[in-house]
Amino acid sequence: MNLKQAFSLALKSLSGSKMRAILTMLGIIIGVAAVIIIVSLVNGVTSDLVAQFEKMGSTTINVSIMGRGGNRSVSIDDMQDLVNDNPKLLKAMSPSITLNGATTKNGSLNVNPATLAGVNEYYADIKGHEILYGRGLQYADSEYRLRNCVIGTYVANELFGSKNAIGQSLKINGITFDVVGVIDETADSKEASADDIVLIPYTMAQKITSGFSRGTYIFNAASKEVSSEAQSLIEDYLFKVFASENAYRVSNMSEMIDTINEMTGTMSLMLACIAGVSLLVGGIGIMNIMLVSVTERTREIGIRKSLGATPWDIMSQFVVEAITVSCLGGLIGIALGIIGSYGVGAIMDMKAVISFVSIFISFTVSALIGIAFGYFPAKKAARLNPIDALRYD
Amino acid sequence: MIELKDIYKIYSDGDSEIRALDGVSLFVDKGEFVAIVGSSGSGKSTCMNIVGCLDIPTSGKYFLNGNDVSELSEKELAHIRNRELGFVFQQYNLIPKLNVLENVELPLLYKGVKAKERKQMAMMALERVGLADRANKFPSQLSGGQQQRVSIARALAGNPPVILADEPTGALDSKTGKEVLEFLKQLNSEGTTVVLITHDNDIAAQIKRVVRIHDGKIVSDETKEGN
Ligand SMILES: Nc1ncnc2c1ncn2[C@@H]1O[C@H](COP(=O)(O)OP(=O)(O)OP(=O)(O)O)[C@@H](O)[C@H]1O
Ligand SMILES: [Mg+2]
Repeated sequence: MNLKQAFSLALKSLSGSKMRAILTMLGIIIGVAAVIIIVSLVNGVTSDLVAQFEKMGSTTINVSIMGRGGNRSVSIDDMQDLVNDNPKLLKAMSPSITLNGATTKNGSLNVNPATLAGVNEYYADIKGHEILYGRGLQYADSEYRLRNCVIGTYVANELFGSKNAIGQSLKINGITFDVVGVIDETADSKEASADDIVLIPYTMAQKITSGFSRGTYIFNAASKEVSSEAQSLIEDYLFKVFASENAYRVSNMSEMIDTINEMTGTMSLMLACIAGVSLLVGGIGIMNIMLVSVTERTREIGIRKSLGATPWDIMSQFVVEAITVSCLGGLIGIALGIIGSYGVGAIMDMKAVISFVSIFISFTVSALIGIAFGYFPAKKAARLNPIDALRYD
Repeated sequence: MIELKDIYKIYSDGDSEIRALDGVSLFVDKGEFVAIVGSSGSGKSTCMNIVGCLDIPTSGKYFLNGNDVSELSEKELAHIRNRELGFVFQQYNLIPKLNVLENVELPLLYKGVKAKERKQMAMMALERVGLADRANKFPSQLSGGQQQRVSIARALAGNPPVILADEPTGALDSKTGKEVLEFLKQLNSEGTTVVLITHDNDIAAQIKRVVRIHDGKIVSDETKEGN
C-alpha cells in the first residue's frame, strides 16, 4: 500500500465520522489560529512603532550634555564645527534647548506642550517636519533673537481653534511670540503627541533659561549606513573634551529600533508559546481519538492483517490518518487565523501584519503533532496479533 | 507443502489449562482437498488459524513450502498470508464500511496491484462467485450466503495456491451450502489446495480426505479411493 492509498483511506475514514473529525481538529484549529493572530498583531504593533521611530529618522543622533563642572564645556559653535568638519558623516545639527514646564498661552487658553524647545533652522529637516502653513524657523530667527515660533497642529487647534494661526501671537513664560509656521500633523493632532510641539529660536530659549550649560543636541548622520560611525565621532569628540563618559550621553535612533524589535520579538515569542500550548492540547486530543479509533477498529485491523497487511501498512494507515486530521486542522486554523488577525485588528484598532514564518511554523508544528501523537496509537495497531484482533468484539 | 509437526496450542487460564491442540501432526500435499471434521471445541479453528499463519503454536513446528514459519518476521508472515493463502472465515469478516468490490480488492491492495488491474481482478473473482452485480453494495445489504460468497471471492482474488475455509457452510442452508462446496471442489480441480473445516458429515462424505479431530488430537485420517 502506498501513501496515496493510505491518504485516500484516511479521507474515507474521516468522512465516515465528520463530526468527530471536526471536534478532533478543533484543538489544532484553535491553536494554529491563536498563534497566527497573536504573532500578526504583535507584528503590527512592532511595525507601527518601528515606522514611527524611522520617521523620526534612524539617522538621528541625540546628544545630552550633563557636564562635569570645571571649565570643560562644549558650545553650540563647537558642535556646528563638528558637522562642518565631517561632511561625510554628519549632515546637520541643531541644539534642542527644552523649556520644561513652560506654559504656552493665548489669552485664557493655554497648553503645556509635550515639546517646547529652542532650536535652529536645521531642526525641521533633521526631524522630517513638513510645514503646513507659513514657514519654518530660519537662520535670521536665531541670529537676531526674533520672537517667532513654529507650532504643531495640536497647539494650533487648542490655542487658535479654526482660525488661521499664522500671524497670531502666544505667550511663553510671559514673552510674546508670533506664530510664523504650523507643522503638518503626524500623529492625529493628539495631546502629548508629536503634534503637541512649540519651537522657538534657540537663542531665545537661551535667554529664557539664562545660559545653556547642560544642553541637548540633535544631529543628523549623513546616511543610515554611517550613523554608528557618526555616533562614535561625536562620542570621541565629547570624551576628548570631558575626559569622562559620564558627562554626556549619545544615543542613536537605530539602536532604539533594535531594542523595540528585540522587546516585541520576545513578547511575541512568549505569547506564541502560550498559544503553542493549545496546539499541544490539540495534539493530545488527536492521540485520544486515534486510540479510540484503533480500539474500535481492532477487528478491521485483524481482517486487514489476515489478508496480508504488513505492520507498516497498518501503521501508515493510522499515522496518515492522524496527519491528515492535524494538517486539515492546521489549514483551517491558518485560514481562520488570517481572517481573525484582520478581524481582531479591526475591532481593537490595531494593524495586523501576517507573518509567513508563523504560518509556516504553526503548520509544520501541527503536521509534526499529527505524526508524534498518531505514532503511538498506530504502533499499537500495528503490533496487534491478527487472531486476537479478529476475535475482538 | 503444509506440514504440521507435533503442534501444541495450550491456553492456560490461571491454574487450569486447555489443550486446544494436543500434539497434532499433519501433512497436506499440493492440490489436495482435505476436510477437517470434529465436534465443537475440538480444536479445528485453532488448527486452521495456525495453518493460516494467524496464530502461533505453543510448541511444535509448522513448515509451509519447506520454510519454518516460526522463523519468519511479521512482514514475511504478512506476505505469506497475502500471496500463499486465502482465508474464508466462518463469520465472513468483511469490513462493513467498504463495499463489496473494495472488500474483494483488499488482498490485491496489500499485494501492490495497481488500481485498474485490481478492480478487474476483483470483478473477475466476484463473477466467479456470481455476485458481479452486487459490487457496489455494502456487506450489510447482502444475505448471509452472499456475504460468504464475497468472502470466498476475496480469498481467491489474488489466486493463492491454498484456500483455507473455516466452516464456510456453517451459517448457510443446505442448498447454498452445497453450492459453496461445489465451488470449492471446482477450485480444487483447477489445482488449488483446499482445507475445509466442517462438522457436517454429509459434506465430509463428499470429500476425498477427511481428518477427524477430537480434544485437540487427530483421531483418524482417511483418504477414500476413487472419488
Ligand atoms: N483465545 C482462547 N483462550 C482460551 N481458550 C481458547 C481460546 N481459543 C480457543 N480456546 C479453546 O480451545 C478449544 C478449541 O477451540 P476451537 O475454536 O479451535 O474449536 P472448534 O473446533 O473450532 O469449535 P467450533 O466447531 O465450535 O468452531 C476450545 O475448548 C476453546 O474453548
Ligand atoms: Mg471453529
